[in-house]
Amino acid sequence: MKPLLQVKDVAKMYGARIGCTGVSFDLYPGEVMGIVGESGSGKSTLLNSLAGHLVPDRGEVIFDTRADGPVDTVTMSEPARRMLGRTDWAFVHQHARDGLRMSVSAGGNIGERLMAVGNRHYGAIRDHAADWLGRVEISESRIDDRPSAFSGGMQQRLQIARNLVTGPRLVFMDEPTGGLDVSVQALLLDLLRGLVREMGLSAIIVTHDLAVVRLLAGRLMVMKDGHVVETGLTDQVLDDPQHAYTQLLVSSVLQV
Amino acid sequence: MNDYNFAYLDEQTKRMIRRAILKGLAVPGYQVPFASREMPMPYGWGTGGVQVSAATLTPEDTLKVIDQGADDTTNAVSIRKFFEKTAGVATTEETEKASVIQTRHRIPEAELTEDQILVYQVPIPEPLRFLEPRETETRKMHSLQEYGLMHVKLYEDISQHGAIATAYAYPVKVEGRYVMDPSPIPKFDNPKMEMAAIQLFGAGREQRIYAVPPYTQVVSLDFEDYPFEASKADHPCDLCGAEDSYLDEVILDDAGTRMFVCSDTDYCRTRRDAGHAGRLGAEAA
Repeated sequence: MKPLLQVKDVAKMYGARIGCTGVSFDLYPGEVMGIVGESGSGKSTLLNSLAGHLVPDRGEVIFDTRADGPVDTVTMSEPARRMLGRTDWAFVHQHARDGLRMSVSAGGNIGERLMAVGNRHYGAIRDHAADWLGRVEISESRIDDRPSAFSGGMQQRLQIARNLVTGPRLVFMDEPTGGLDVSVQALLLDLLRGLVREMGLSAIIVTHDLAVVRLLAGRLMVMKDGHVVETGLTDQVLDDPQHAYTQLLVSSVLQV
Repeated sequence: MNDYNFAYLDEQTKRMIRRAILKGLAVPGYQVPFASREMPMPYGWGTGGVQVSAATLTPEDTLKVIDQGADDTTNAVSIRKFFEKTAGVATTEETEKASVIQTRHRIPEAELTEDQILVYQVPIPEPLRFLEPRETETRKMHSLQEYGLMHVKLYEDISQHGAIATAYAYPVKVEGRYVMDPSPIPKFDNPKMEMAAIQLFGAGREQRIYAVPPYTQVVSLDFEDYPFEASKADHPCDLCGAEDSYLDEVILDDAGTRMFVCSDTDYCRTRRDAGHAGRLGAEAA
């Protein structure tokens, strides 16, 4: 099987300071990978570099495009990368406000990507939006409400619907459950797991919550100070951590 | 003669503006930045249009200025006087006789010819402004032709009002490339933009000039199932009886009596002079 995403020796520096460095991995279709680490360990820098929001200083991010096969997204033209960003890729922000248009109704938010790729039939766009609201368990009667009238959990689910409506193959998630209370988190995780399975999505999830990766991710990468310190199957890494930092991380989880 | 340089602006400034106009004509619909000058009038009163007119006028030109279609409102009268004084050009109220027409928010009803230039006053040249406030981002969207967001606005209109409720400043796509704000003209005027005359747009505060060359394709954006409609009040003009002109609604008294009149005063007068009369036409004349 061909990898969907090949990351080769990616590095991003902030001046003399290291954002992340020496990161390499392959992601296969249908695979979900978690990236964990403490604040400032370079997880978000890495994710933004992969998703094209930051330009890495070194390395290649090769994506297996539908049309042209494997292409390095770092050196590809900006229009092509932005096109990828609204078709085959999706990016779920930690704060739903960063990923939604707060002054546009829920239906318009979901429809934006469809219109961006050339859909010009109002009825079809609206049907699609209603369908996706249902899939993320938001009542269809809220289709004309603005996201500002939604709760935090609903906003996050709306953001997910808005991102998945064009049927992407790779989803980047930056702390998708951050700032939500535990019961809402559980609902969201359940939903995400269902969608990932159902659509056969590949995903890269950045989080500091080990429970999230345990539930969603098959593979895990642990980062510290911009370096990858440990990789492996999630259960293996969490149950038998090898690196001192991973051991600290696993033992820091509060037991209820 | 007076102490002003011809048409108020100095020659170097006019030269700079002409370069921006030529670039705008070469790239239809593209917003060309220019070094907008302070004009002796407040922003929002047509400083952009006045600068474009000043750079366009020659001593042989005949100028007409309209404001919402009318020749006799403050804005139109002031700007006409301004150029009478600073350029000494002939002025007219008749659309056919003018070679340069500066307009605020209307296109004249009479069909314009290849010998005419229409100058628009533009308050906000960026059609994406209220959807994406970052100018760096909208510029990128223009250069990459990412116009999906424009349809989000129309989607919102339909979802809230059941129809595309945008009635003025209705976004258009020029020659299949740039999405452009046609300035706040009513959408009734949008189809007229494919015309024989040169159309120049000046935004003084925003420091942008853009242009539509003659016979350029101008398409109003819409949805397949909600097509564009050039709407107007469903009445004939009460003074001249015209059925095909854009109308203003005028409240006549406290009891709610109202009349509809052509917003293009020159068109209405010409028709009345030719003997046409509407519902109230006889008494008014």
